[in-house]
Amino acid sequence: MTIADYERVPTVAVEEEGQGALSENLKRVWESRPGIAGFLSTVDHKEIGLRYIVTAFAFLIAGGVEALIFRLQLAWPGQHLLTPEQYDQLFSTHGMTMIFLYAGPVLSGFSNYLWPLILGARDMALPRLNALSYWIYLCAGIFLYAAFAFGFGPNDGWFNYVPYAARAYNAGPNIDFYSLGMILLGISTTVGSINFVVTFLRMRAPGMSINRVPILAWGTVTASAANIFAIPAVSLAFFLLWMDRNVGTHFFDAPAGGSALLWQHLFWMFGHPWVYAIVLPAMGMVSDGLPVFCRRPLVGYTVVALATVATMVLGFGVWVHHMFATGLPSVSLSFFSAASIIIAVPSAVGVFAWLATIWTGRPVFTTAFMFFASFIVLFTVGGVSGFMTGSVPVDWQLTDTYFVVAHLHYVLIGINVFPVVGATYFWFPKFTGRLLDERLGRWNFWTMFVGFNLGFFPMHISGLLGMPRRVYTYADGMGWDWLNLITTAGSFLFAIGVLLFIVNIFKSYRTGTPAGANPWDAPTLEWSVPSPPPPYNFVVIPTVGSRHPLWEDRLGAEEPSYPHAGLVLNKGREAIGTSVLDGEPEIILKMPRDSYAPFILSLTTTLIFIGLAFQFWWLAALGILGSGTDIVGWLWPERSLGETAEPTANG
Amino acid sequence: MANRRSLTTALPVGAIDTRATGWWAMIFVVFTEASLFAYLLFSYFYIAVQPHAAGSFPEGGLPDLTLALPNTVVLLLSSVAVGWAQFSIERDDSKRLCIGLAFAAALGMVFLIVQYFEWAQKPFTLSSTPYSSLYFTVTGFHMAHVVVGVVMLWALFAWSAMGYFNRVRYAHIHIGALYWHFVDAVWLAVFFTFYITPLLGMRS
Amino acid sequence: MCNNRLTKTLLPYALPIWFALARPAVATPLDYLHAAGRKAAPVVALTWGVITISIVVIVIISVLLAGAIWRRPGSAAIPGSRLALEPPVEALNWLWLGVGISTLVLLFSVVWTMIVLAKVTSPITKPALTIEVTGRQWWWQVRYLNSDPDQIFSTANEIHIPAGQPILFKLVGGDVIHSFWVPALSGKTDTIPGLTNEMWLEADKPGLYYGQCTEYCGLQHAKMGLLVVADTPRNFSAWWNHQLRSPQLPTKGDQWAGLANFNMYCGSCHAVRGTSAAGMLGPDLSHLMQRHSLAAGVLPNNPADLERWISDPQGIKPGSLMQKPELSARELADVQAYLKTLD
Repeated sequence: MTIADYERVPTVAVEEEGQGALSENLKRVWESRPGIAGFLSTVDHKEIGLRYIVTAFAFLIAGGVEALIFRLQLAWPGQHLLTPEQYDQLFSTHGMTMIFLYAGPVLSGFSNYLWPLILGARDMALPRLNALSYWIYLCAGIFLYAAFAFGFGPNDGWFNYVPYAARAYNAGPNIDFYSLGMILLGISTTVGSINFVVTFLRMRAPGMSINRVPILAWGTVTASAANIFAIPAVSLAFFLLWMDRNVGTHFFDAPAGGSALLWQHLFWMFGHPWVYAIVLPAMGMVSDGLPVFCRRPLVGYTVVALATVATMVLGFGVWVHHMFATGLPSVSLSFFSAASIIIAVPSAVGVFAWLATIWTGRPVFTTAFMFFASFIVLFTVGGVSGFMTGSVPVDWQLTDTYFVVAHLHYVLIGINVFPVVGATYFWFPKFTGRLLDERLGRWNFWTMFVGFNLGFFPMHISGLLGMPRRVYTYADGMGWDWLNLITTAGSFLFAIGVLLFIVNIFKSYRTGTPAGANPWDAPTLEWSVPSPPPPYNFVVIPTVGSRHPLWEDRLGAEEPSYPHAGLVLNKGREAIGTSVLDGEPEIILKMPRDSYAPFILSLTTTLIFIGLAFQFWWLAALGILGSGTDIVGWLWPERSLGETAEPTANG
Repeated sequence: MANRRSLTTALPVGAIDTRATGWWAMIFVVFTEASLFAYLLFSYFYIAVQPHAAGSFPEGGLPDLTLALPNTVVLLLSSVAVGWAQFSIERDDSKRLCIGLAFAAALGMVFLIVQYFEWAQKPFTLSSTPYSSLYFTVTGFHMAHVVVGVVMLWALFAWSAMGYFNRVRYAHIHIGALYWHFVDAVWLAVFFTFYITPLLGMRS
Repeated sequence: MCNNRLTKTLLPYALPIWFALARPAVATPLDYLHAAGRKAAPVVALTWGVITISIVVIVIISVLLAGAIWRRPGSAAIPGSRLALEPPVEALNWLWLGVGISTLVLLFSVVWTMIVLAKVTSPITKPALTIEVTGRQWWWQVRYLNSDPDQIFSTANEIHIPAGQPILFKLVGGDVIHSFWVPALSGKTDTIPGLTNEMWLEADKPGLYYGQCTEYCGLQHAKMGLLVVADTPRNFSAWWNHQLRSPQLPTKGDQWAGLANFNMYCGSCHAVRGTSAAGMLGPDLSHLMQRHSLAAGVLPNNPADLERWISDPQGIKPGSLMQKPELSARELADVQAYLKTLD
């Protein structure tokens, strides 16, 4: 770079058909190399996003198969298909998989793919960190599942209460693998979250002030901010547990003066915000997708955005409602009970905003719309059952019964899986250039919807009739037989629905109808670029004047948006950094080249954890050394990124 | 409006001051690290208020300030040194930048050495009691951060010595300093918790 | 309570399905929609209350959603074509109305919750009895506490109480966390190592009330039942006096042989008062024959199931800490003969 390249007035241009030279240049600069080299070194958010989604769906299938196996065991009383140990590992691994390896990552995948496109950016703020986040997620998933494959899966449920998780009662290596795997996964989630927050604050297109950001971005940034504060709690809890089990500390060791409840506090201080972290982005997808099919903007954009943030803030103050039966003083019970009931208010904002959007719109019955609309009912069911468990005296009865199992599945499947499948129908054309089959989509929707309610609604009733959760079998004559049989039948029907979804993806990926840039006539920036988008996303950086740039021709706007006119950034990989509130251009950012550093760092980091798991301390030390070297190399100031001093006149 | 201004004003290219992406990232790294220490100290206080045998919390009686207090000053001085380094590079003095960084790194190492002796003279080990587990784990977490910080300071020193930074381009210094100031600030919280609160009566 | 009356008036109309389910033909020994005591009753009313609110909310939202969807359907989507847009009418008033009503209902529920919480937190009158229950993998140790140490005795898995009087429980964690739960009488309270939790309950009438561990505690969490037997005060005193006495020593030869083997093979885990068997790891068996069930509610207490249990504990409760005693068939039969004398 010459001195002139350290500061410049960016040129402005209008993107035109056949503007071959500019896009050729951009393509050359931004495209990853073909083959394995490009695969391991790419930092393209679209590539990483798709990998996240595919990996998360693979875990969804694994977790689903586990559930089907133990639903067979529970279909009738007194079954012996599984031993108690097998049952315990299956249900624990199922929970771990769905909550940590599917629900969070799949939303990271969608947000990774979509964020730069909806925000009008060339990439995420920290592309290499983005790649690192994915690779570590993959390594953590493999680490946890490798242990499971060797019979060392977690066996104390996903929240892993001590002292059952302590060495004295759980002598095998199961919990060690679970602990270390969770810490490793926590690194992935943390760096991913930091990336989302910085991207949200700095990478929005010029003119996209904070009140013009799609709700999906609000959902994900809220979840990510929460993760930044919450993940350390669970990573610490697992680390302290690992120390208790392996180096003789006494954090959770009650007889020695430690505290078993400390685990529960640390876990749920993380756990409850996490529950919101894995639904808020999904609610954001509905808030952005649903209005497209209602042919009008979302009702109450501002209150929905604020409600998203408010839910999270309150979400940090309700963790004790997971501990109502632990004998806490009634003063703190009252406080947390009231907070847990009142947290429903911001959720009500969302529900009524979506309802009003449909009511005042003209709904178009696509498969995506059906998933989004049905989500409202499922969310309501999951919400009111959550409200019931918020009431302490009622919770003393409901907790740890199948009622809670029903509740959490309505929340996680209703508010995560249904929106995610809807979002796939909505954005698959953008990802691949082809539409998913609508006819198969109807079958897909109805089997999933009927199967889900058939499978999970009866759990409320078996819960009210006293069926405890996490039992590997139950006796005849408790009044739960028929309910369990229906539940198992429903879960298989639901699985068939998921299978139809997968079939549709494979089929449409090859033979689906070509989609074009904007198949749904949707308003946001991702639909202004070709499907699939080119590696650089936007030929020129769009300029934004409203929340619905592509609908301005019909709805008008305070200021006009220019989806196809704006800054030309073509001197290497460049992006625009904008101000936090108003989205005013502040700096031309030099974006990093493709790099092996993230991939290598994920391997060396995993090496540390393998070393700790097998107590090969030298291996862990090697991993630390390797990681340190990698990080120093990664952060080495680069002139091409504008990080070092300008060459002086004589130098 | 935004776009109109951008047509006429020159924008810096690359990574400078608080407009560098890395600076924003470091802010959130600090937030998540600060949370980690908050949870560590929460664990300390949570266990401190459980019933313990008289005199067993803190284990070995009231903590001794002989090494810890001067060591705290050492760490604070290293923060001052880094601040001076930042101040210097903003005035384009890369020599003082190097001196400041080297001085800070050296003080960081002094802190680690003193901390080693502080550990060695404790009459308990990691696995003696919940207090001892907490003591070594929390101060150990902090020491790990100091180790990372010292390595970082030497790297910054090397890069500075190689003439990478000047009055405008010193984002790495800015970002690294943020981390180091955090490591020092969080020590104050750790120090207050382990060395001062027992004196204030938080003991059994 | 007006809340109670309201619920009682509404229920038969609003919830016929629920009533059908809640009063089913089959027995539902662990359901908690029917209270049998002064602690459980206000909670059942509150539970029905929040169930009613929940169902009404679901119905309203579903109707609104259906109305919204089928009110004015748009034209079919033709991918790639431009579709008409609706003029974006602001519908914020409706949003605020919905949120406002929801908030009022939520606040009402908070108040009701607090009222019930205050009512059930501590016993209304002085407890008649204090019982210490220790959760263990996978059974319940029960000690009847008394100011006179001679009047303290232990039993397991089956708790006799006098009906009509509040009983105080001290809940202790023996190994891992368990949760003590007798749905018809009270909600759950965990037994946590290092803590002693207190809770109370009361049974209105004599009868059998089933309970179950509800905090996941390992391999046999599923088979960790308990039974509360509420007696008339007079029967309870009789039972209590009987428990205080050591069981009578055997009278027959095979029973004596059984006692010798019991002491040798079972006595390091189990205790029988008046013998040298004084183990603390397993249930106290002093008055075993008085109990309704074996192995924490897994088997009915009859000779055939007693034989099944002691000859193959791992087959019935895999992972149980009780090992199969290394005894010949003859010796096992003797032990059984002895156990049958433990009245």
